[in-house]
Amino acid sequence: MMGPLGHGALLVALVVAACGMLLIPIATRRKRRDWQLIGYAAVHTNFLLLTVAMIAMVTALVTHDFSVSYVAQVGSRATPLLYTIISLWGALEGSILLWGWVLALYVSAVLWINQDREGDLVPYAMTVLLGVMLFFVILLVGPANPFGTVFPVPLDGPGPNPLLQNHWLMAVHPPLLYMGYVGMAVPFAFAMGAMLAGEVAQDGWMRLVRRWMLVSWGFLAAAIIAGMWWSYEVLGWGGYWAWDPVENASFMPWLTATAYLHSAMVQERRGMLRLWNVNLVVGTFVLTILGTFLTRSGIISSVHAFTTGAIGYYFLSFIAIVLVMALVMVAGNSEKLRTVGTLDSALSRETAFLGNNLLFTAFTFTVLVGTLYPLVSEAIQGVKVSVGEPFFNRMSLPIMVLLLFLMGVGPALPWRSAPPGVVRDKLLPPIVGGVLLAAVAFLLGSRGGWALVTFLFVGYSATITFREFYIGSAARHRAHGEGWATALLRLVGANPRRYGGYVAHLGIFIVAIGIAASGGSRLEREATLAPGDSLTLGDVTVALRGVWGRQEPQRYVIGATLELRSASGAVIDTLAPRMNFYPSSDQPVPTPDVNSTVFRDVYANLQTFREDGSTATVKLIREPLVSWIWMGGGVLVLGALISLLAGPRRREPEAA
Amino acid sequence: MNWRRALVAALFAAPVIGLFAWGMTRDPKYIPSPLPGREGPTFALEVFAPGVPPIARPAGDTISLAAFRGQIVVVNFWASWCLACRDEHADLSATALRYAGQPVQFVGVLYMDQIEPALRWITEMGGQTYPSVNDPRSRAAIDYGLYGVPETFILDAQGRVAHKQTGPISAGLLTHLVDSLLVAAGASDTAASAPTAGTVSP
Repeated sequence: MMGPLGHGALLVALVVAACGMLLIPIATRRKRRDWQLIGYAAVHTNFLLLTVAMIAMVTALVTHDFSVSYVAQVGSRATPLLYTIISLWGALEGSILLWGWVLALYVSAVLWINQDREGDLVPYAMTVLLGVMLFFVILLVGPANPFGTVFPVPLDGPGPNPLLQNHWLMAVHPPLLYMGYVGMAVPFAFAMGAMLAGEVAQDGWMRLVRRWMLVSWGFLAAAIIAGMWWSYEVLGWGGYWAWDPVENASFMPWLTATAYLHSAMVQERRGMLRLWNVNLVVGTFVLTILGTFLTRSGIISSVHAFTTGAIGYYFLSFIAIVLVMALVMVAGNSEKLRTVGTLDSALSRETAFLGNNLLFTAFTFTVLVGTLYPLVSEAIQGVKVSVGEPFFNRMSLPIMVLLLFLMGVGPALPWRSAPPGVVRDKLLPPIVGGVLLAAVAFLLGSRGGWALVTFLFVGYSATITFREFYIGSAARHRAHGEGWATALLRLVGANPRRYGGYVAHLGIFIVAIGIAASGGSRLEREATLAPGDSLTLGDVTVALRGVWGRQEPQRYVIGATLELRSASGAVIDTLAPRMNFYPSSDQPVPTPDVNSTVFRDVYANLQTFREDGSTATVKLIREPLVSWIWMGGGVLVLGALISLLAGPRRREPEAA
Repeated sequence: MNWRRALVAALFAAPVIGLFAWGMTRDPKYIPSPLPGREGPTFALEVFAPGVPPIARPAGDTISLAAFRGQIVVVNFWASWCLACRDEHADLSATALRYAGQPVQFVGVLYMDQIEPALRWITEMGGQTYPSVNDPRSRAAIDYGLYGVPETFILDAQGRVAHKQTGPISAGLLTHLVDSLLVAAGASDTAASAPTAGTVSP
């Protein structure tokens, strides 16, 4: 029942999206508002139809309707309800369905918010969005059809990929990622729409783009951090980032989006970098499609890659169309995107932003080269050469620490040109903060050049950021007699874009401290223990209490019970790292257990065990400040939220 | 619109698309090995699991690959801790027995494992028809450039590696490969009786 319903909804959506895509530009050309409104109705109808398809799929999953091919592929009666629902994005077809639905949601929301805007920008942006929409609906009725029929109907299914039914973060990371990833289509559509409508020379569309970009950027940031956390909690190697092609695929658009959020300010303030900004917007979207292509076509080997068929060629065609159209439009309009302003001084905020953009671009390019290198080297030399972590780390660390440094320099400098003495008064004193933080880190045991340089620059830039908050609040405190907390809140509320940005910076500082500390001072030991044996690592000791096995409905679990003690011998926690055996998988899925505090994580993973329970081999990792990465991610997202509080900027005096 | 610029810019898309299109024709999971077509490294290792008659070898015997020249040899690397090895075990065991009496030899090579769990594993899996040797210092595994277990190498009558299989192998593929080699050996050596030629696909 759900199969035909979902498939039917998608078929109708195909027609509706295609009609809307054709009708809207024709209506706009001929200035027929009534036709245009029909086209807009198609946009909302399309969203409704995809929602019907989504509901049909979730219903089929929850009711174990194995006549639906996707349910037969990922469903199982023994899988708990939560994991049954989230298996929606556990395989290719379902994830494309989610993708399509999120896109339809965005398209509808963008139209809803902007439909009364004057000019041809919105209809042309809608045309572009419906074009992207059409592609995904074609996938859903063609090579990635989740609603195929299975006959005879199986009694049960294999269940979702074991890695995806092992942790609650799997319910969080993919939807966030789709919200971020898919959302990048909106700025792209506005940029293309502005060029199609001939409005690209005006800056109005840029303000619209900035907000949508910020929304997607926030989601993407949250998704990347959640993905790191998931990888840390599930994969059992105690790390959170491996420069896997798919991690890179989500990271690259985030980098270009971050660059854009900064350079957009230069355009708003000084009328510079217009062509550059269009390139960043378009490039960000192309990178999301490229990332999807890399992960969904099977062209590059990765832990995230789904099994694939013809869908790779669909994506290849789509990426070709998008790339050619984008290049044609941007190059064809490049003359209209002349810079108005000029750089007045080398020592100004716009110079800092320029440096920021160069670094982000270099970073993106580095990651792109590293990701595509196996393909390029095989094409040119016939030898497949992968570049691994060493390449990425060596190339990206200098860029990252320089960015941390610029995060201090930028806010300290004014626009246009700095008054004399700015270096002495504003740039030099915060060095004390940097040296202090690096010294504290050194005393606490942090070694390694890059880690200490990171602490130095984080301390430096954080000092400047805090000073910005302090100066602003102090002024309000004096002028209005407000209490310090009220002054701070009102300061942020009065200029949410600026202070939201600073809050996001603070989030980055926290993440950077977490990465530098956990990477630089990591202790790791592996030992085979018999019950009663213990293993000491730094200031903690774990003792093996026992090895146990348990049959659960959908899996068999082997676990080790470990008692975690502090140096003084007090019991802190009981850890139970496990190995989960799923019938559908030939490899056990490790499930490490973590004791996490603000200061350090103790990470235990069960490597192997004797079947008679006489020994267990346990890997133990002690890393300081890992939880700061997740907390910093939260602060980062909070910064994005604060920035979004600012309405589209109208040139009116700010209310005090 | 400046169409000349647009056209020039569009040309930049061509190499990127071309690269991806070409990449689509490649298998990213394929691990290149220089071995196929070359002579397989030989080894002489001690039997720890005898197998069952008629293709058994007593435990303690030394199996030397060089002594199998003129016959087709299936070398399967496995371990008791390897879960994918369980999948192919029944197929390998049954196929080995099918070729009893023909110039085909099956050898299991134990990889990074100990005799005792390995023997227990064989019992648990319902026996292994062909003999397995131990490779205590992974010499053979290193010579064969092993990436993981299971991996199966099929050597032709001249001792060259005719096929390398990464991951579990199926009875169907195994039979097809061995039959093809038997036919090839029969074509060059008219004395061969080629008893299974009927099942060969071209």
